[in-house]
Amino acid sequence: MDGLLSEAFIASLFFGAVTAGVPLLLAGLGEQVSEKSGVLNIGLEGMMLAGAFAGFAAAYATDSFLAGFCAGVLAGMSVALIMAVLCVVLGMNQIVVGIAITLGAEGVTALLHHVLYSRSYPRLSRVETWTIPGLADIPYIGPAFFDRNALIYLAFALTFFMIWVFRRTQVGLNLQAAGDAPAALDAAGVSVTVTRFVSVLVTGCLGGLGGAYMATVGGGLFLPFMTGGAGFIAIVLAMLARGNPLWVLFGAFLFGASLALTTALQVVGVNIPTDVIQMLPFAMVIVVLLLFARHSYLPPALGLPYQRGAR
Amino acid sequence: MKPEPVGAPDGDAALALHDITKRFPGVLANDRVSLVFRRGEIHALLGENGAGKSTLIGIVSGMVRPDSGSIEVAGRPVRIASPSAALRLGIGTVYQHVLLVPSLSVLENLMLGNPWWRTIDRAATSERFAELAELLSVRVSPDALVGRLSLGEQQQVEIMRALWHGELVLFLDEPTSMLTPQGVDDLGVVMRRLRDHGVAIVFITHKLKEASDLADRISVLRQGRVVGEVRPAELKTMSPDAIIERVVAMMFGHDAKAGDLRATLVGDASEPQSRQHADAGVEPLLVLRGGHTAGERGECALDGADLEVRPGEVMGIAGVDGNGQKHLAEVLAGQRTMTAGSISLAGREIGHLGVAGRRRLGVRYITDERLGEGTAPRHSLAINLVIKEIGSPQFWKGGITSWRRIHDHARNMIRTYSIVAPSERVPLAGLSGGNIQKVLLAREWTGDARLLVVAKPTYGLDLQNTRRARDWIKRIGGNADTAIVVISNELEELIDVSHRIAVMERGRIAGIVKNRPGARTAIGRLMAGVEAA
Repeated sequence: MDGLLSEAFIASLFFGAVTAGVPLLLAGLGEQVSEKSGVLNIGLEGMMLAGAFAGFAAAYATDSFLAGFCAGVLAGMSVALIMAVLCVVLGMNQIVVGIAITLGAEGVTALLHHVLYSRSYPRLSRVETWTIPGLADIPYIGPAFFDRNALIYLAFALTFFMIWVFRRTQVGLNLQAAGDAPAALDAAGVSVTVTRFVSVLVTGCLGGLGGAYMATVGGGLFLPFMTGGAGFIAIVLAMLARGNPLWVLFGAFLFGASLALTTALQVVGVNIPTDVIQMLPFAMVIVVLLLFARHSYLPPALGLPYQRGAR
Repeated sequence: MKPEPVGAPDGDAALALHDITKRFPGVLANDRVSLVFRRGEIHALLGENGAGKSTLIGIVSGMVRPDSGSIEVAGRPVRIASPSAALRLGIGTVYQHVLLVPSLSVLENLMLGNPWWRTIDRAATSERFAELAELLSVRVSPDALVGRLSLGEQQQVEIMRALWHGELVLFLDEPTSMLTPQGVDDLGVVMRRLRDHGVAIVFITHKLKEASDLADRISVLRQGRVVGEVRPAELKTMSPDAIIERVVAMMFGHDAKAGDLRATLVGDASEPQSRQHADAGVEPLLVLRGGHTAGERGECALDGADLEVRPGEVMGIAGVDGNGQKHLAEVLAGQRTMTAGSISLAGREIGHLGVAGRRRLGVRYITDERLGEGTAPRHSLAINLVIKEIGSPQFWKGGITSWRRIHDHARNMIRTYSIVAPSERVPLAGLSGGNIQKVLLAREWTGDARLLVVAKPTYGLDLQNTRRARDWIKRIGGNADTAIVVISNELEELIDVSHRIAVMERGRIAGIVKNRPGARTAIGRLMAGVEAA
């Protein structure tokens, strides 16, 4: 156990935490946008899975990660479009539609995978990285944070962009009003439907991107059901973050670290049954909920469809 | 953006409606309504529930599209397709219920509706805010969270928002219903200032007294039509009584039995008749001492409430909504436990008893959430009448439901309380508000009742049903075995039915006033937080 403080262990833990945390971060930031606007987007898992499949397929076919990311975004947004039309425009129950979307996406992506690749699981060859000179050589954290794919830097930047959007822009005000008092937003002359529609699409975009990341930079291959609950963890993160993107960032890497623990422990030769380690993130969800759920703040209109005049 | 000042009271038309018709399934909400709203004039629109006032507001504010008819703004024909179109035309609306985001500051609320691609422009917003604050002569901190403001202050913010894009027409939908007497006076001052500035003010109400006090012109709507008008020249020369007489005739038709309704409608035009209770020395039936409760976020909890009600007495509880009335009712009914304090009925401590235990002792509660906690709206009228006695041997034999008895009982109640319903088996939700209220009264007012708690007995009811509900409370109010607590935010109602009136303020009873001439002033002072004289 003396290897636990070694550079190999810590570097591996950080590396893994970033790898596993980025999709949670992207999806969590996306979910935060729709939750702020009053839509509980349970379909996030489905959007991630669609993004993962499309991202992998495109990256494999074109041998370009960028094409994979774009395809992931488009796939996530197409799934989100279904959610937006059913829940925002038609006012259907968000939970029922969200569950249906997740289950549907699981089935469809597994089927498409079988159609395209039959029983084989092809892999992508390499990960393009942007090495930041100097910083990448820092021991412990250099390889984890400064020698990575461009998308990882983008995800970090996005966190701070979101803070700026929420605090400093009209869009941020509109989002908060749509979730806290939609009738007030409507009376101010801003369409609640458009605000929520767009925020669901943003969730799909970021969820899809997170999924594409998992299947390209993360694993380099697509497996059916590969998101394995990451979408649901991201929903929990967004709910506990009280509207603050920094908490999503923090939470994503906390969960990322617990996911990465398996590999890191194997690096230093500690053998705990992987089944036990794989339970960690979910045990962590329960612990975090027990500790912080009391303090979570959810918009009063979250989950309630808005219809003009039906107050 | 600013209109030129208009001196003449009959200034040019700011907004003209021609033959506006709007039909909803089964209802003709507006039937060829033509109205002209002029600059520098306060125009009151009067009408009962269902007269078409709300639809009209919806049409001018862009929430509802008319089926036919035309609208002119400052002489030019326009179409008002959305709320933002209305605001941009200078037509602002202040709705009956506050439509602000409580979690945003005053300035942020006023910035809602700016182009979405902008970053927040505090400087420009502050400038316009200062301009309007001066015009309205109000003092609200621009950085205060709206959720922390009083309802009167929130309304001032709403008026600012309504005038944000231009001071042409201001619609106020029942603006006084949530305000303290002092708040109503302040609103009157703001309205007159705006009128003198040249704004066309349209003020929708069902309170005749307010209309005749504030308005320069009164129009009356009945069943979707404009049925009459009192012009400025007439308003100036006629006596208040004559105006009221005339408007009542318009609202109910000349031959209607209006005299009866008139009292309800006019309310505060006359001094209250004395409804003092004779037996001042009798032992109280209900005693609440030092009642404390724990409140959720944004709720007002009880904070040391003391109350004594004597048998045969109607105790009114006055106060602006959200001063702990809800908790008081729930504590009396046994739906909420106190964190401290004691409560006793006829000398017996009942604080430890729940709803069922208290019901056996004769405690009855008629909630204002008639379709929420009051009834099971999708279930039949008959089952709703026995819903608080499920399992009682009268209707259930060994766990088996006796539908025959339940339905017999329901038919009996429908007759006794003249409930209008096609049958006892229809879902309760299909009944009108007045009839649902009767179902609640019938259920709660049984022979063994000792304490009846009624929250907002006439909330949402039309005039006739309001009259009936008040008469009913007055009638049972003399019953020597029973104490009645009536909670209401309508002062006229309490003055009409109560023997004494307690004023609630921030979770306490701020004072208790005997209902006799002059009580209104004392209550108004208590509600405004001034100590009783």
